[in-house]
Amino acid sequence: MAMSFEQTAAGQWTLNVTGYTCPHPQMYTKKAMQKLASGDVLTLLFDNPSSGESILSMCDNDGNEVFDRHDGDGNFVWKIRKA
Amino acid sequence: MNANVEALSGVGWMDQFRHRLYSAAILLAVTLGSVWALAIDVRFIYLLVYVWFGVIYGVLLQYGRFCMAAAVRDLFAVKVPRMAVGMMIAVGLYALVAAVVTLTGFSTFHPQPLGWHVLIGGAIFGFGFVFTGGCASGSLYKTGEGNLNSALVVFSIAFSQALVVSASGWFDGLAPAAWAQSAAAKGMPESLSVTRGWFDLFTAGYIWDLKGQTLAELLAVGDSPVTTIFVNTFVNAILPVLGILVALYAFYYRKGFLRKSGKAHLGWSDELAGMWAMCTSSKNTALAGVGLGIFAGLHMWVTGALREHYEIFNFGELLAAMGYTDGLSIQNTVFDPGYWYITTQEAQWGGWVLEKLGVNMMDNVFFGLDNGLPNPLLNAPGFMSIGIILGAAMLALARREFKWKFPTWESAFFAIAGGILMGIGARIAMGCNIGAFFATVTNGDPSGWIFLAGMVGGGYVSVRVFTKWMDWKVAREGGGLL
Repeated sequence: MAMSFEQTAAGQWTLNVTGYTCPHPQMYTKKAMQKLASGDVLTLLFDNPSSGESILSMCDNDGNEVFDRHDGDGNFVWKIRKA
Repeated sequence: MNANVEALSGVGWMDQFRHRLYSAAILLAVTLGSVWALAIDVRFIYLLVYVWFGVIYGVLLQYGRFCMAAAVRDLFAVKVPRMAVGMMIAVGLYALVAAVVTLTGFSTFHPQPLGWHVLIGGAIFGFGFVFTGGCASGSLYKTGEGNLNSALVVFSIAFSQALVVSASGWFDGLAPAAWAQSAAAKGMPESLSVTRGWFDLFTAGYIWDLKGQTLAELLAVGDSPVTTIFVNTFVNAILPVLGILVALYAFYYRKGFLRKSGKAHLGWSDELAGMWAMCTSSKNTALAGVGLGIFAGLHMWVTGALREHYEIFNFGELLAAMGYTDGLSIQNTVFDPGYWYITTQEAQWGGWVLEKLGVNMMDNVFFGLDNGLPNPLLNAPGFMSIGIILGAAMLALARREFKWKFPTWESAFFAIAGGILMGIGARIAMGCNIGAFFATVTNGDPSGWIFLAGMVGGGYVSVRVFTKWMDWKVAREGGGLL
């Protein structure tokens, strides 16, 4: 199990923290958002439900927008646009 | 924030039906188990109260992603106050319900001894729970989500506590001589060997010499119910909760609220609106906080009423009356707090297994005198913990969030090492984030705030250490995050 963070296209990034439990997903997401430029989109893959609530609050506090969520069977794929 | 929320592709209605069927099967199993227990002896209603409140706690914890480790850790690690806010909402509500329960005379609460051990135990506990990823009850509800890392944390907490309270050896010498003298002077039965074993010396030679008092007793404000409630509920719980909420708003939420409001300055009404926005920003967490606060208070009331009905002080008396005397302490008692509690029953699980493996676990104060070592099938608070796992599993399945998650070597190490620290911290502080904090501050006992201070301090240091380790790992593995 290893975290991966990569740029998939101009302004498009993917962070995969599937398999990680608290507090890794929210801490890696925070680090990833710091790497993005304003307007960039992060596709976040994770499978730790409790991290989701913290990530939503973190985005809300920082003004970043979670604009697309696909949830099911304990897997979460979210798209976050950096403010 | 209105995100487009959809189910992942490939998840059809059959799959959804299957998950809901599993969830309903758990509910049916708990119901049938309850009926079976009542058919054996109607007095098992006392044990079933723990079971069903456990199920309710599990549902609410999973619904709100309610974990007190997150309250401390996320505050320092990612500057998110949502769980700290949820925790304060729960404390405020529990305190109000507890006040009513106290007035009715059904309170089961006893204040904890106040001393340095509370701060130190809280710090060790707080240091550990950053690494495990969950607090004592958080680890239970995450186990219900299929997270076997969290199950490993529960095992680790159970066995580390059992070993801490029963071990005897060279570290007995770490206990001051005064503890040994004080313990010897207590005149305890020989079978307990209170002058041997670090934890026995700590308990009989130090803890028993301390006083547990509510704030009203500490300030000697008199016996008037109104004064007592004012001091224990308003001064000891509600005022600190309001102070902490204001601090969370000022340091972690106001800046973002100011940006969102588009105003250069905020008036009083804006600040109040900001506080409200902070409290409701995570509706799931806030609602879980409200529910947990109310049900934790009701739990105390129902158990108190049952004790009065059966004219008992402890479930051990009821077990003895039903003919189950194995595992009772020498006082004919078992662990029976009468309210939400986590770590002691887990210590009993560990102790019971070790006893079955041939280790004498009853020659100490913790099991032998106070809590006993009942068969897990007769361990009422133990069933509350199992209820939390099952309640969380029911909701996680119904929400299609259940997923088996197996430990890696790295996560297993953190779960075991962090769990050991949580177990040691919980025993030194005489409780965890529930028993030593949540249940105390809400019932007028100021010792819980000392525990919180230690837990926050330990959590802060632990987040620093954990962040360093994560940075090292990211630098080593690449990934472009640094």
